[in-house]
Amino acid sequence: MSKLTPKERMAIPRHDMPEQDPKVRAHNFKEVNCGYTQEMAVEEANRCISCKNPGCVKGCPVNIKIPEFIAEIANENFEEAAKILKQDSALPAVCGRVCPQEKQCENNCILAKNGKSVAIGNLERFAADYEREHFGVRPPVVKPKTGKKVAVVGGGPAGLSCAGDLIASGHDVTLFEALHEVGGVLIYGIPEFRLPKDIVKAEVDALVKAGVKIETNSVIGMSDTIDELLAEYDAVFVAVGAGLPYFMNIPGEQLNGVYSSNEYLTRVNLMKAYKFPENDTPIFDIKGKTVAVFGGGNTAMDAVRTSLRLGAERAMILYRRSEAEMPARKEEVNHAKEEGVEFRTLMAPLEFKGDEKGYIYSMVLQQCELGEPDASGRRRPVPIEGAITEEKVDVAVVAIGNGSNPIIARTTPDLELNKRGNIVVDEETMKTNKKGVFAGGDIVTGGATVILAMGAGRKAAAAINEYLANPDKW
Amino acid sequence: MNKIIEARKLGPDTKLFRIEAPKIALKRKAGQFVILRVLPEGERIPLTIADSNIEDGTITIIAQGIGKTTKTLNALETGDYIQDIVGPLGKPSHIENFGTAVSVGGGVGTAIAYPTAKALKEAGNEVIGIIGGKSKEYIILEKEMNEVCDTLYPTTDDGSYGYHGFVTTKLQEIIDSGKKIDFVLAIGPVPMMRAIAEVTRPYGIKTMVSLNPIMVDGTGMCGGCRAIVDNKTVFVCVDGPEFDAHQVDFEVLTQRNRMYNPQEKNSLERHVCNLERMAQEAEKCQN
Ligand SMILES: Cc1cc2nc3c(=O)[nH]c(=O)nc-3n(C[C@H](O)[C@H](O)[C@H](O)COP(=O)(O)OP(=O)(O)OC[C@H]3O[C@@H](n4cnc5c(N)ncnc54)[C@H](O)[C@@H]3O)c2cc1C
Ligand SMILES: Cc1cc2nc3c(=O)[nH]c(=O)nc-3n(C[C@H](O)[C@H](O)[C@H](O)COP(=O)(O)OP(=O)(O)OC[C@H]3O[C@@H](n4cnc5c(N)ncnc54)[C@H](O)[C@@H]3O)c2cc1C
Ligand code: SF4
Ligand code: SF4
Ligand code: FES
Repeated sequence: MSKLTPKERMAIPRHDMPEQDPKVRAHNFKEVNCGYTQEMAVEEANRCISCKNPGCVKGCPVNIKIPEFIAEIANENFEEAAKILKQDSALPAVCGRVCPQEKQCENNCILAKNGKSVAIGNLERFAADYEREHFGVRPPVVKPKTGKKVAVVGGGPAGLSCAGDLIASGHDVTLFEALHEVGGVLIYGIPEFRLPKDIVKAEVDALVKAGVKIETNSVIGMSDTIDELLAEYDAVFVAVGAGLPYFMNIPGEQLNGVYSSNEYLTRVNLMKAYKFPENDTPIFDIKGKTVAVFGGGNTAMDAVRTSLRLGAERAMILYRRSEAEMPARKEEVNHAKEEGVEFRTLMAPLEFKGDEKGYIYSMVLQQCELGEPDASGRRRPVPIEGAITEEKVDVAVVAIGNGSNPIIARTTPDLELNKRGNIVVDEETMKTNKKGVFAGGDIVTGGATVILAMGAGRKAAAAINEYLANPDKW
Repeated sequence: MNKIIEARKLGPDTKLFRIEAPKIALKRKAGQFVILRVLPEGERIPLTIADSNIEDGTITIIAQGIGKTTKTLNALETGDYIQDIVGPLGKPSHIENFGTAVSVGGGVGTAIAYPTAKALKEAGNEVIGIIGGKSKEYIILEKEMNEVCDTLYPTTDDGSYGYHGFVTTKLQEIIDSGKKIDFVLAIGPVPMMRAIAEVTRPYGIKTMVSLNPIMVDGTGMCGGCRAIVDNKTVFVCVDGPEFDAHQVDFEVLTQRNRMYNPQEKNSLERHVCNLERMAQEAEKCQN
């Protein structure tokens, strides 16, 4: 295939991801994207012109060797492609699915400038899935034991990838997770229809096979404190995520039927409330009802699309800025629209009203227009005078982001935090002000992305390795 | 999986469990709780740690069977296992030597009041206990409370035992008798805690209550347990569960606790039907 000229390569049209029919998928929890066939993957890989100085790699937060892995797919060496991916990413099957590619690697692909970028995310997903489906997730190869012990706190992407690298280096690794299942947002937040839970489980199983000890139902700070862990372990990596939902502080937010997106998604994903009453955790019965989700990020899209799958008659996004400012992945916005979600931008809620029993009944909305840019550089929504409406609504989901969870901070008073409650680290090594304690992921950055959390976990693992070899120098 | 070392009936629908959980036993302080799942497909429910034993690594919980999960739990016996338990959760009770402290427990609330009453006694307080129930069989932990209280008043709504009347009336009587009270901790059904708050408010007696909102994770992640205290939103699992009774918005708490009543009813009815079906099948097998 290498005979193709760049021109011929560029003439191949981009292969769209095969998807479930929107009308069908809006009512099931199966994955929306079906994945490339081998033929599609090879053809798509042939679109890449293997740039000498590839922009795509610079756009990827962990600098995956993109032209190299794509060339292996073009040559039908799918396993080799997966190996190249694993050099830089611990979770390619996950990131291929959930990365905001259009802002990262694909945005910087040379082909994006005169048409459509190479579908890097789809190819990444293909190679990782191929490997997992044919050989299972390979546990990391473990070096001889060092006799050092490391505690990893939090089982999200940051904690999992750090644990994987540390066990490979021969350390003894114990991962503590507050919930009864490991995976963090990948398990309780991102829904099955976007990220099948089996993929996360396969990754976790591989870590266990390699020797990582997993202690679920362990809230560090409440059971052992960080200081107590330090007495038993040579180093600690803190990756507890963001996870303290913001509310809008408007009247009526305490009404029954007003949820944070975290609660809404946790009930459905982790606790499987969509199977109620076979599973015991309830969620509002929203069949035939109207659901309003406030926010414009991935979390809002996940909540609104989940509502359709729970049987909502009307499911809508209300966002106070315009669509151009929405932080959600483009694909999620498009998928939501195809499935019938209503998008109502420049809408800010003023109040929720309830019936005599305290269940939400209506929402009072303020129409806005775009004004001058604010501190974030985005144009500020300005209320249009008098443009206030009241509409009936049965469930409201607040998806406006997360602050930092207070448990670790309250129980580790000498850990340095910034004004927003995030742990302060040295960006090169992820070390905190406390000797032997490292941190990474959303607890450091505030709500960010899976790939950044994964990258932080690996960076910390590398630094912890050096630290353990010579702690006195740190 | 955590093993039940002892299961013992305390009253109608109320059962005490000593469960193997060495780490929690070691760490827990009065006022803290656990969240447990009885079965893999079960709900996560919060229960207060009534006591613990560091030597044998057990914690004691006392549950009243009011819905599917608590009834499923209460059907378990010594030697059975619980799917999982996480804890200790929540802030410990604030304990100091206030002087004279009254510990009020209503129904299964006595189980929650007991560990704090014990801690108050250990801190040097004179502790007066008032424990109420509908009738005699609903009075729990009388012996244990007796051991940690200087004076104990059991009360029953129907007069079948102890003082005939509500815990609030008894508390009012004590106040009226001229006894100086420095601190009240009241735990029980929301209407009871609300009524106690109104009894002590005119006298400015510092009064704490333990709130029981619906919880999921218990780590501050979901916001489902939010309540209004002093006109501000709090997350009971990480900011509580104990709050100043005179500042709690009990209206909102009551309303939010009713949130899933239709689903809970459905779940319980199915559960009871299943139990009956199993009983019938068992009978058929015997015949
Ligand atoms: C609904 C939703 C959708 C998203 N969609 C996308 C997307 O499409 N693409 C993308 O790139 N990013 C997405 N994100 C963001 C992404 O999921 C996060 O940035 C990422 O998961 C952060 O990883 P983490 O390891 O830092 O933390 P988390 O994933 O939050 O994991 C932290 C873990 O620590 C545990 N924990 C917390 N406190 C303690 C404690 N005291 N002791 C022990 N364990 C503790 C938690 O239970 C959790 O399991 C989404 C987020 C949400 C909520
Ligand atoms: C901090 C705390 C400590 C508690 N300690 C005890 C205790 O020591 N002994 C005891 O018997 N009970 C205690 N409770 C109450 C106990 O958690 C509920 O009775 C139990 O969850 C009911 O579940 P169910 O499935 O049996 O009943 P359901 O039929 O599901 O519910 C009955 C009622 O219980 C409440 N409830 C339901 N689900 C939950 C949930 N996930 N979390 C909290 N409340 C819920 C609701 O108000 C509901 O209307 C405590 C609650 C809290 C918040
Ligand atoms: S990890 Fe994400 S940004 Fe990097 S190449 Fe893969 S899809 Fe693109
Ligand atoms: S920029 Fe695009 S075409 Fe160039 S190497 Fe990267 S993916 Fe291939
Ligand atoms: S139970 Fe989820 S925040 Fe308290």
